[in-house]
Amino acid sequence: MKIIVNGKEVETNKKTLAELLDELGQGNSRVATAVNEAFVPAKARMTQNLFTGDRIEIVTPRQGG
Amino acid sequence: MPVFYGTEVSSQLMLGTAQYPSPAILAEAFRRSGAGIATVSVRREAGGGRAGQDFWTLIKDLGVIVLPNTAGCHSVREAFTTAQMARELFDTDWIKLEVIGNADNLQPDPFGLVEASRRLVDDGFRVFPYCTDDLVLCETLLTVGCQVLMPWGAPIGSGMGLNNPYGLRALRQNFPEIPLVVDAGLGLPSQAARVMEMGYDSVLVNTAVAKAGDPAAMAESFAKAVEAGAIAYGADPMEPRDMASPSTPVLGKAFL
Repeated sequence: MKIIVNGKEVETNKKTLAELLDELGQGNSRVATAVNEAFVPAKARMTQNLFTGDRIEIVTPRQGG
Repeated sequence: MPVFYGTEVSSQLMLGTAQYPSPAILAEAFRRSGAGIATVSVRREAGGGRAGQDFWTLIKDLGVIVLPNTAGCHSVREAFTTAQMARELFDTDWIKLEVIGNADNLQPDPFGLVEASRRLVDDGFRVFPYCTDDLVLCETLLTVGCQVLMPWGAPIGSGMGLNNPYGLRALRQNFPEIPLVVDAGLGLPSQAARVMEMGYDSVLVNTAVAKAGDPAAMAESFAKAVEAGAIAYGADPMEPRDMASPSTPVLGKAFL
């Protein structure tokens, strides 16, 4: 299925957000996530099912003012 | 030293972490200034890189308090979700709340700011609202549960200084017990000193330091200016007057 990850279309067969993060090599990284503009806590990623067209945001710590 | 939400901070200077020439210069700016709080943000990682993880390591090594922001958010929903992600990412319930209302001058949206503050406070956040110097807005932010105010000096990154000293003084006079921080728009240490001479608790600067030719030296300069201004406020400055008054005694002057 096609989903949007950080603004880019991605083809995946992963069923959960946790599996997607592993596929992207970020399973153990310090990241925070949102699906369709709603925050998904780390502890909920394994039960967060993915569906075609989902918009995923994966963010990391960055510089800020 | 300032106390925010029950936590005493080791310095009256807060520093942003953006736009420095290098991570090493960023670290040196913190070391020389002794700034106690670092503002940070959450952003997408570009191209599967490790910039975010490396930045997190750098920040941890600074040994300062981290204050995440919601920079760039133009809606309440966007700011709320960003704050939730920041809370998990940085393991803190402090959030510097930005809800931008104008794309040109990055002026806070007062209506969105109040609504977002209310929602975040209800969700357990300790909100540091980036606001204008509007007295009624600030009063409302306190009413919905903010216990710190961060009025702007001037638009973000402008270096203009204090556009409305009257408005900033009015906030200090009206909210004597509330920690006040001027956030944004400062370009020179003398402007930071003036903020502190008004009785403010802290100053947050980023661009003025990061874009200086020597950021670490400028950070140190801001730290000294902030300290000087705070001591001056505590020393109870004289009232200005229109007429001259000789400082040298008139009595005893030679009659020539």
